[in-house]
Amino acid sequence: MNGLLHQIASGIASGAIYASVALALVMIYQATHHVNFAQGEMATLSTFVALTLIHAGVPFWGAFVLTILLSFALGVVVERILMRPMMNAPVLSSVGVFIGLLLVINALDGWIFGFTIKSFPSPFHAAHPLLGGYVSPHEIGETGLTVVVLTLVWLFFRYTTLGLAMRAAAYNPVSARLCGVRVNRMLGLGWGLAAAIGAAAGIMVAPVVFLDPNMMSGILLYAFAGALLGGIDSPLGAVIGGFVVGVLENLFGAYVVGTELKLTVALMIIVAVLLARPAGLFGRAVQSRV
Amino acid sequence: MDADRTVSSGRFGLTQALGMGAFLAVMVGFAFIADSYHLFQLTMVVAYAVAVLGLTLLTGYTGQISLGQGAFFAIGSYSTAILMANYDWPYWATLPVAAAVSALVGFLIGFPALRLGGLYLALTTFALAVSVPQILKVNALSDFTGGVQGLTMDKAEAPFGLPLTGDQWIYLFSLGVGCLMFLLAWNLTRGRTGRAMMAVREQAVAAEAMGVGLAALKIRTFAVSAMITGIGGALSAIAVQFVAPDSFNFFLSITLFVGLVVGGVDSIPGALFGGAFIEFIPNIANDISKAAPGAIYGAILIGFMFALPRGVGGGVMAMLRRARRRPLPEVR
Amino acid sequence: MPPLLEARGLTAGYGETNVLHGIDFAVEEGGVTALLGANGAGKTTTLRALCGMIRRGGEIAFAGQRIERAATEDIVRRGVGHVPDGRGTFMELTVEENLRLGAYTRRDRAGVAADIARLFDYFPRLRERLRQQAGTLSGGEQQMLAIARALLVRPRLLLLDEPSFGLAPLIVRDIFHILRRINTEERMSILVVEQNASLALDLADHAYLLETGRIVVSGTAAAIRQDEAVRRSYLGY
Repeated sequence: MNGLLHQIASGIASGAIYASVALALVMIYQATHHVNFAQGEMATLSTFVALTLIHAGVPFWGAFVLTILLSFALGVVVERILMRPMMNAPVLSSVGVFIGLLLVINALDGWIFGFTIKSFPSPFHAAHPLLGGYVSPHEIGETGLTVVVLTLVWLFFRYTTLGLAMRAAAYNPVSARLCGVRVNRMLGLGWGLAAAIGAAAGIMVAPVVFLDPNMMSGILLYAFAGALLGGIDSPLGAVIGGFVVGVLENLFGAYVVGTELKLTVALMIIVAVLLARPAGLFGRAVQSRV
Repeated sequence: MDADRTVSSGRFGLTQALGMGAFLAVMVGFAFIADSYHLFQLTMVVAYAVAVLGLTLLTGYTGQISLGQGAFFAIGSYSTAILMANYDWPYWATLPVAAAVSALVGFLIGFPALRLGGLYLALTTFALAVSVPQILKVNALSDFTGGVQGLTMDKAEAPFGLPLTGDQWIYLFSLGVGCLMFLLAWNLTRGRTGRAMMAVREQAVAAEAMGVGLAALKIRTFAVSAMITGIGGALSAIAVQFVAPDSFNFFLSITLFVGLVVGGVDSIPGALFGGAFIEFIPNIANDISKAAPGAIYGAILIGFMFALPRGVGGGVMAMLRRARRRPLPEVR
Repeated sequence: MPPLLEARGLTAGYGETNVLHGIDFAVEEGGVTALLGANGAGKTTTLRALCGMIRRGGEIAFAGQRIERAATEDIVRRGVGHVPDGRGTFMELTVEENLRLGAYTRRDRAGVAADIARLFDYFPRLRERLRQQAGTLSGGEQQMLAIARALLVRPRLLLLDEPSFGLAPLIVRDIFHILRRINTEERMSILVVEQNASLALDLADHAYLLETGRIVVSGTAAAIRQDEAVRRSYLGY
């Protein structure tokens, strides 16, 4: 029983990370109908930047905030330089560009920061075991912080005019322009925001899985699965899907098939769910047109 | 505009026939001038081109995105390797089995694919790509698959006492099989079936209204695509003489996908260029920068997509169209 | 006084195909101009060209400034409200959010609130549906929402693309009645595109008849109504 609780708790903790990355994916998907396969690598790059700042003597939270801002800028730049010229290209070609970007960042990470696995400090410590010792202080802090970030994002989209304009630009760019919304700028903002969210996720997961250039590739896959499980056009669904995937993954790894095959089994389950609900748990079925 | 493309690629005039013949002559000629290392590379180009060709049919023609084509490649490779290493089959006899096993798996994957479109299918196939190396490593199967160590095979030799080295022969053999596959694909995509496949990509509902048996066609395409890619895998196993689970990680699937988009998603000759890209660009990238070859590779890929968003196949078509002074079809 | 909007030699099209072959027209300050014509004559294309939504050439002067090179967003910000064909409703958003988007370019919160209150006088139905998803509105309600959204930009010129399209006759009458009030009470200049010529001529003071991308007849609404060709082909008597 204790073991089960422990597994569920750490499942929620990793689910928080998947939820963040899944949200980043969904945000870009909604705005551009592309899945950013490089989202994970961008987050890894941000995490390396954060580690470099910390090693240079910047206090953890200072490095955190600075990295988030830099990542935002990185997202804006990537959209401007790589995505905008491809706006009218066939979808599969854009996928090619995303893959290229993934390879470039991955290789640059290894070249600049090295391929060795690095430990990453956690900002969360506790003098006593928390919640009966089922969860580590980092797991609590990381989950809490992720929930705060996700809530802020939700409040931003729900209640601010800028958030509304970004949603409008994603849903109906033509009408948004006719309302005076600068749609291209909104796309850039969306990319920036997604990169910032990814960076926060990377910094939060690095103390657990350690940092190397391939840190996020597995996480991206789980996040992608979570996003599809929830419904690729539903931000809330993506977040819930991320948590579900995290818990499932941990339980399967611990009790059913062992860590070797847990990825396979988790994916199989998701495919099974999708067969029952092809648009995801919270997604809308796409209308077919004749 | 797609109809237009079919017409121009379907017309097989004298010029095309001569071009093809010349091209084949050059390819065969390589067997006698290239050294064994370059012959090996060219054999791999053919193997990858065949693998990309399978993806061209599936993703390019019916628009079903497969990020897991590497799984079929692996299945073809392992079918050949298991038969050669464990049962002493000759290399050539393994090809039909590799084709059949890959086609069967493709057929089975085709069923969930019926219900899942777009990204959902991409994820499903991706899951397949991720799970195949994991399954290959499972201990219970290791008597069969060689586990993490993989399997080693003997080198194939030229038959009938032909005065050819093993490398020359394997290259020519692969070239012959490759030609067969390209002819098969070319035959499949022109005429009625090809039009039906593209109708599936453009407008599934309309295709059904046209009387295209959507379900049967999709499943069949999946099976054929898997079979062709599986044969590509078998050819590569024969050339490399070794298989191990880690050669078939999901990165292989990504690589095949890259081959597809640089060649042009719905261009059959483009698949050949895709195969060459897969084989040579990593080496070129490595020559340019030893420190971060991946970055160069990625940059080349991005630059390529910027310059030719429709791949080499699409680019050549556009050039031909311009040369014939045909106006571009109206984009609505 | 120069007209509020003046187009000279306006061409426009999609891809490499031209739809408009150089047309001249004008909208007077405070006036209502109608563009008439059959399906495919280039009416919607004209409105899209004015707002920079498609490739175009020629000269467009709005309020004394040339706008033929400006981006859609900037043309809107200079005071052109556009009710596009298909109404451009943000289906996934609520009615209230749709209205907030209409006022996106404005910073005067009090002014926006007052404008919304005034618009509810014209369109009381929208007040009742404020929290509803816009996609659940009826066609007539969506048309009202689209007009309200365009007016919240506080435009000097309102472009209307087939406001009668797909609506029941009673609702069409309502909407044209409201448009008349908006023109007189707010001194709003209007350029309306309509297939229903009789309806449009009732509202308009000037009209142009488009045929395959060229203007074939122009004049005051009263004169156009008398024109033999127009009467036979477009008014049906």
